[in-house]
Amino acid sequence: MMHTPVRWFRRRSSQQLLMAIGAAGLLLGGAAVIMVPFLWMISTSLKQAGEVYLMPPIWVPDNPQWVNFVTAWTRLNFSLYASNTFLIVSTVMVGTLFSASFAAYGFARLRAPGRDFIFMLLLATLMLPGAVTLVPTYLMFNKVGWVNTFLPLIVPAFFGNAFYVFLMRQFYITIPRELEESAMMDGATIYQIWWYIMLPLSGPVLATIAVFTFVGTYNDFFTPLIYLSDVTMHTIAVALTYFQGSAKIGPKMHLLMAAVSISVIPPLVLFLFAQRYFVRGIVTTGIKG
Amino acid sequence: MGQSSRVIESRRQGKRERREAVHAYVFMSPVIIGLLLFTLGPVIVSLGLSFTEYNLLSDPKWIGVENYIKMYGEELFWQSLRVSAIYSVVSVPLGLVLALFLAILLNQKIRGMYVFRAIYYLPTVISGVGVAMLWRWIFNGQYGVINTLLHNIGIKGPNWLIDEKWALTALIITSVWGVGGTMLIFLAGLQGIPQELMEAAEIDGAGRWQQFRHVTMPLISHVTFFNLVLGIIGALQVFTDAYVITNGGPNNATMFISVYLYRHAFIYLNFGYSAALAWVLFLIVMVLTLLVFRSSPIWVFYESERQGKS
Repeated sequence: MMHTPVRWFRRRSSQQLLMAIGAAGLLLGGAAVIMVPFLWMISTSLKQAGEVYLMPPIWVPDNPQWVNFVTAWTRLNFSLYASNTFLIVSTVMVGTLFSASFAAYGFARLRAPGRDFIFMLLLATLMLPGAVTLVPTYLMFNKVGWVNTFLPLIVPAFFGNAFYVFLMRQFYITIPRELEESAMMDGATIYQIWWYIMLPLSGPVLATIAVFTFVGTYNDFFTPLIYLSDVTMHTIAVALTYFQGSAKIGPKMHLLMAAVSISVIPPLVLFLFAQRYFVRGIVTTGIKG
Repeated sequence: MGQSSRVIESRRQGKRERREAVHAYVFMSPVIIGLLLFTLGPVIVSLGLSFTEYNLLSDPKWIGVENYIKMYGEELFWQSLRVSAIYSVVSVPLGLVLALFLAILLNQKIRGMYVFRAIYYLPTVISGVGVAMLWRWIFNGQYGVINTLLHNIGIKGPNWLIDEKWALTALIITSVWGVGGTMLIFLAGLQGIPQELMEAAEIDGAGRWQQFRHVTMPLISHVTFFNLVLGIIGALQVFTDAYVITNGGPNNATMFISVYLYRHAFIYLNFGYSAALAWVLFLIVMVLTLLVFRSSPIWVFYESERQGKS
């Protein structure tokens, strides 16, 4: 047993080096497992029709078919679905950011009877399975004639997402009150304070919410599936499933994988640019003790 | 100060409070309207609908608890419960253990660690239909990459998505691949552990395992709790993978409760029956969440306790 301080430190550093090497090895292996499906997707998307079903498979086609992406784009009519998708995603982002940042200010700073009860109720809805509200919500949108429009996908975003309201509120609470108090002295209204003081200070949280909303809405499959039945209204997510089964593509796996590759580009690019908001956003604004 | 000025003062304060409350309600109004319109209203309506027969064509017809009785006698309903239960019981603990393990690895101080963090989180960002379709191709019995790799090491892989015995396993594997979200929340928890505590344990002669068991585990137990609750709720609601990869098949081997419910609502237009299904799912989620909450004093350790003890 080494109990003298000096030797203890030496042992620790060499042991830590060993740990670090072991960890790096495991992490590399795991990263390979994560990446294999993506590599397989790209590999397939660059093949010729005849190469897809070769055994043993080729990972790097001799003659990569970049044209597959063009073919997939035009056959799937991607331009239409991309514009539908981005119209929905951008409006949902505006609605979510506005409603979360606005409502959270009330919960964070202003006192009113029932405020805490409403807040608890809001948090409780996080545990409510979506299926419970599904049918009545669908029937309601059907009644007002919104089925087969973008409205059922967009409008709810303007009424506060529970989790994002919670995140915003937790952030507002950490902002010192002095700024607001001095603005109040200068005669600013509470709405001006929210807009001119609180929002500019909330950049990091707003960015975190924006990227999560983008990814969530872009990847959402269920909502457009049930509300958008007209083919010209589909989003990328729904269009892909039709592409999969349609005669246009049939078993043409290389084209399907090319379409899938195109479809993952927007969230991928956003992720690469906003990586710190995903990773640090959760680490700092997330849950703490 | 005289009596009257004090009255004026308190009246002024009352007025200020009232004005503040009005502003508060204005700010909270999106949430209040949203709760009523998109949550509480629909929850109550769906309970009512669950006692009716309704298919959009005619008015809802009150049939009492008949939907629930029908459900009880329906073999496919029990099958969907079984599928969702097996999936949850396997994928949630597996995901938690793996996520925690990865988070610990990613919490080491190695240069370039952020690259690994990004890679492991990637599947959470790129999820959805495209990736579900990718998995269909990966699990292809003849040409899929999994069976190709298995073949290379001399194992003949099953016909994953066509074989009743393997289809659910395939879906569990896809769920484990997307463990990055849970992992990141664990990582946040790990980074909140004060370094001094780990060092103190080390000086006291605790080995790696003991440190993990007696320092790390208790200090992140509230994160484990959070991930467990979210994991159960999420696992009982998987839809996209189940719908796109196997669509309930083969022979209902992946008939998740969510897929069963979707079919009754939007294919057969049995809105009453699907509302009843949703309520059963709701009750199951509620009971499980309550059980986890009830059990938490035994295994969840809160910061305040630590401060209280020291």
